[in-house]
Amino acid sequence: MKFRVWLAVVAGILPLALIAIVAFLAIYSWPAMHFNGIGFIGRDTWNLGNLYANPVMFHGTLIPRGATYGILFLIVGTLLSTAIAVAIALPMGVGAAIFLAEVVPDALRTWISFFVELLMAIPSVVFGLWGYVVVIPFLGKHVYPVIAHSVGRVVPFFGEPSGSGYGLLTAGIVLSLMIVPIIAATLRDALVNQPSSLREAALGLGATRFEALWKVMLPGTRKTLIGATFLALGRALGETMAVLMVSGNALNVLPHRIYDPISTMAAFIVSQLDSALQDPTGLAVRSLAEIALVLAIISIVVNALARLLLMMWNNSQRSVMV
Amino acid sequence: MEAIAPAVASTRHIRLSRRLASIVGWTFSGACLVVLGVLMVWILSVVFVRGIGALNISVLTTITRGSGGGLLNAIEGTLLLSGAALLLAIPFGVAAGIYSAEYRFTAWAVVIRFLADVLVGVPSIVIGYFGYVALVQWLGWNFSLAAGAIALAIISLPYICRTTELALRQVSNDLRDAAYSLGANERRVIFGVCLPAALPSILTGVLLALAVSVGETAPLLYTAGWSNFMWDGHLTHSPVGYLTYAIWTFINEPFASANALAYAAALLVTGFVLIINIFARFLLERRRIQR
Repeated sequence: MKFRVWLAVVAGILPLALIAIVAFLAIYSWPAMHFNGIGFIGRDTWNLGNLYANPVMFHGTLIPRGATYGILFLIVGTLLSTAIAVAIALPMGVGAAIFLAEVVPDALRTWISFFVELLMAIPSVVFGLWGYVVVIPFLGKHVYPVIAHSVGRVVPFFGEPSGSGYGLLTAGIVLSLMIVPIIAATLRDALVNQPSSLREAALGLGATRFEALWKVMLPGTRKTLIGATFLALGRALGETMAVLMVSGNALNVLPHRIYDPISTMAAFIVSQLDSALQDPTGLAVRSLAEIALVLAIISIVVNALARLLLMMWNNSQRSVMV
Repeated sequence: MEAIAPAVASTRHIRLSRRLASIVGWTFSGACLVVLGVLMVWILSVVFVRGIGALNISVLTTITRGSGGGLLNAIEGTLLLSGAALLLAIPFGVAAGIYSAEYRFTAWAVVIRFLADVLVGVPSIVIGYFGYVALVQWLGWNFSLAAGAIALAIISLPYICRTTELALRQVSNDLRDAAYSLGANERRVIFGVCLPAALPSILTGVLLALAVSVGETAPLLYTAGWSNFMWDGHLTHSPVGYLTYAIWTFINEPFASANALAYAAALLVTGFVLIINIFARFLLERRRIQR
């Protein structure tokens, strides 16, 4: 009994770490939250103020003259790049999972899946390097001008100018590649584990193999797919290095074209800490902590939702099997 | 044969639209897999071709000097940071894993399991910034090995916890019953019987956690800092270099010598991560075949 208690206490470091992360960020950013108010997420300007003038008192907080901190452009950049990433990764992941589960023979499936899922193991900064060195020049010179000329004539959001290659679409594309294995791997497992009697019943009723898959097997994995998509979404929201290297790191502007430079909350924290440290009042560094806190809360909510969905699915499946 | 023949014949009369849907669907799904495979090969070829071109003995044996030199300081730093992170994370991660597997129906175990999954999803930059606020600023450690290692340890913790738990769950209950019936207490059963049986799987999980921490950048930028020199033996107050930083900074510099260091670092990190993943997968497959 004593052993069990001891083990429970040591194991408690894990919940403690999560609580400590949120608590430290909240306490540290408290003066910033107090100063920024709710407008923090609605304003479009990140301005450190005049760092060389004497700081002024504002409602009891010492601030650099003219400082405003707003992260609307970061929220928009984060949401748009994540949305593009999921929009590309979802069909691609589903397609790859279907092919792996239904077409690739059992003997090969393990190794082909492994090869594709190795994408998940490649470090974010290596994706960034690849994006920076080869993808940006390729997309910027050869692909985006073509899209701008064709699709851009109909949809203004895709129109000219097609930019340099750094920007929203590139960030979305690189992100999609980082999250597609999450969707593909989870869905492939779910498809392989579907009872084969389902398929046999569908085939017996005269469905083609594809119809059996599309109308019978795939709907059965809906909850898993939603859960996996949420997981992928959470990963894309918080991805830092790759986005930092390909997004163009826009400041205080909203994207008007899909090729425009953006920045995300995660990337902004890295790109701005050096200049924030120049602020003698420390309010800029605390405002960055507030961004980290917002990001932490968003990702905790998204991941908790995803896990709850996946847990619910697992439980219902178990109860069916019993 | 008679029973099957009509069924085969009837498939010939499937409407064209249904056949078309089928062809389009399979082609699309195959194309998705091919595109993923091609992109994977593209990334690996960029890293390996340029990396091998940039790699030579002096890169591995000298320290960074300005925008050139070698990566010895970064290699040492990466190994130190990841190694120290593992040392910190293993006892806590394994304990959390044991608790959530062996007492899996208690509320605390459910909480730990759930929070471990949530912690995996917390962006690494958030953990890095937490390290900056709590360790670098509040505890006043400055950029240091200890701060970087603790940030990495928090990232590895949930991986180790979850793999330990899954490994223990696969240990047969017969084994536990046998040990209990011989008079062993809870501690003997877990440490003497269950853990040794689950050890290979736990090691696989630890290896994968190592691969993750070797590839991390964001949590280290504002905890470990960067240093052009070898580690001076101080746990706090002295920054350390690491390979992923070299990739990120040196690729942005206008000098060919700096870019070459970035490619060499990318090759080292990617190669290391891939080898660990392939080795771990190999262990897993071998165990599956044995069973």
